[in-house]
Amino acid sequence: MRAAGELLITAGLFVALFLVYQLWITDLFQARSQSRLHDRLAASWQTPSAKPPAKPSEPPPALRPDPAVGQGFAVLHIPRLGNDYAPVVVEGVGEPQLEEGPGHYPGTAMPGEIGNFVVSGHRTTYGKPFNRLDELRPGDPIVVEVADRYYVYRMTRSEVVAPNRLDVTDPVPERPGAIAEAAMMTMTTCHPKFSAKSRLIVFANLDKTVMKTPGGAVPFASGEA
Amino acid sequence: MYGWIYRHLPGPTRVRVLLALLLVAVVIALLLFVVFPEVGPWMPLNHVTVGH
Repeated sequence: MRAAGELLITAGLFVALFLVYQLWITDLFQARSQSRLHDRLAASWQTPSAKPPAKPSEPPPALRPDPAVGQGFAVLHIPRLGNDYAPVVVEGVGEPQLEEGPGHYPGTAMPGEIGNFVVSGHRTTYGKPFNRLDELRPGDPIVVEVADRYYVYRMTRSEVVAPNRLDVTDPVPERPGAIAEAAMMTMTTCHPKFSAKSRLIVFANLDKTVMKTPGGAVPFASGEA
Repeated sequence: MYGWIYRHLPGPTRVRVLLALLLVAVVIALLLFVVFPEVGPWMPLNHVTVGH
């Protein structure tokens, strides 16, 4: 009887510790990964890879990032979620990648490209990058920073779908087989919070491209719409 | 169980308490760094992608 009681108490402590681990300690792990990803990305962006444009008035053609799985290649800024919101997006949506940051579906479009730039992120664990995705409103800017420019997407709509709805990642979301003519972005996370029942999907369209300038700030960083 | 472990720890009370704390720390570290990272991906709250 006493042994059984001790066993039950131990089991309870296990579960409590696991919850603490999932909800808070995984955040620490991700913070460490993110700081490493930020350092690496900053270093790789400083390496001059493109020659200056022939005509200064004309922005140089975009370099298509070709990241290996697990490599960070862009920084996500969502002004609605605060100016310090800047997770590095990594390539791949396997669990090891998502534990480090929001992950880009391999094979879907890259930032700014015609097609669908699809990113998934954790909602309640591992830094909770997509925790407040439900707060986005149509028209909200979603800024994707790459080496030399910012792609400004605008949120169009959100939707809660069944977990098997792979068609939200199609080049034209939810229209399998359609040929993409515009640059779009799709973000997915779990819904409701702490559940695997559904997925929250946020769609956005590319609005404009802003070239980086020395000392320039992230577009919309001051909070203007 | 806990009583049994404590009784089988060697040394005077001070050493026993220290050893017991050390055991607890080892178990917690093992859980946080080995067991939980293995279990985490199976938890429903970590399913964020579509198509599975």
